Amino acid sequence: MKSRHKRIAIIVAGIALLAIAATLLLQSFQSNLVFFFSPTEVAEGKSPQQGNFRIGGLVEAGSIKRNGTEVHFTVTDTIKTMDVVYTGILPDLFKEGKGVVAQGKQGPNGVFIADQVLAKHDENYMPPEAADALEKAQQYKATAGEVK
Amino acid sequence: MNLFKYSSPQTFYPLAGKLIPWLAAGAAILIVYGLYIGLLVAPTDFQQGDAYRIIYVHVPAAWFSMFLYVVMAGYAILGLTLNAKLSYMMAKSIAPTGAMFTFVALVTGAFWGKPTWGAWWVWDARLTSELILLFLYIGYMSLQAAIDDTRRSDRASAILAIVGVINVPIIYFSVKWWNTLHQGSSINLTSSPSMAAIILKAMLIMALGFWLYSVAVILIRVRREIEDRERNTAWLNEFKE
Repeated sequence: MKSRHKRIAIIVAGIALLAIAATLLLQSFQSNLVFFFSPTEVAEGKSPQQGNFRIGGLVEAGSIKRNGTEVHFTVTDTIKTMDVVYTGILPDLFKEGKGVVAQGKQGPNGVFIADQVLAKHDENYMPPEAADALEKAQQYKATAGEVK
Repeated sequence: MNLFKYSSPQTFYPLAGKLIPWLAAGAAILIVYGLYIGLLVAPTDFQQGDAYRIIYVHVPAAWFSMFLYVVMAGYAILGLTLNAKLSYMMAKSIAPTGAMFTFVALVTGAFWGKPTWGAWWVWDARLTSELILLFLYIGYMSLQAAIDDTRRSDRASAILAIVGVINVPIIYFSVKWWNTLHQGSSINLTSSPSMAAIILKAMLIMALGFWLYSVAVILIRVRREIEDRERNTAWLNEFKE
């Protein structure tokens, strides 16, 4: 019985040590685990100054301009925005107001030159009719707000 | 009734044998029913169209890849603390099914990522940590197989299983802690699910089906393990006659 208790104590202590080690490891990885930077983080200089990195946010409504296979659009995190230029095929889910992750580098004139654009969809799943109804309700709310 | 009645191979062996057909039948019915609702009854999605339907396999498979690992580590702890041989056999029997679900989650995820994100694979925190989970399962099974002495292989692999369990919360919370391309959780404990009721229903039926399947397959594997390890005992030989 006593050796069993000892064993449990050793295992509990071992797990506690591992948890601490993992926490420290994660803390040091924190900066490397970032898949993309938001426009605000880029503005604050948190993104790499040289070489490739990814930016992410929402495609600003009304910002998509096509010029042959060249596409210009603006990525926003609702605080800051970044202009992006990309040449190539866009994923089907690339839409205004939806999530996007673009990989590339900062151009000389502040425009982000992307060599890959990925669409980031959210965690909502519903039939198209339900989405329409939601949108209508939101529009109704918005106009009602203006009247007041 | 003695709580530990079924914790010895001798009593567990016939019980598992009786349960397996029922579990297998239940799994088959639930998976067929879940796929029927998911693929034929549930509506298309407002942004992903029909492409989202892989969710009915992807999400339950990913849940069980993590859940089975935690259960495996639980049995490893029981084995180390109580020195219970059946616990080690359970842990060993869970690993292949957990690895299979991890593989399924990764592959279905790739097939889902290509049409929606525009990429088969990205090295974001969710995908990378799930890949590490697959390596942990493979490492566990390799270590089990590499040591001939069962007592030593059980203990060594149990320690690996327990160490690796730290990866499970990392997978689960990765989409919350870091910027990932992978979506956030549609279902969590603190808010109502952000999916239509019928989509959720089909997904939960599939998950239940995967659960019964897992238990059935694990019990079959445990019985083979008992037959192997207890082959020289009187009770097993009596049982077979």
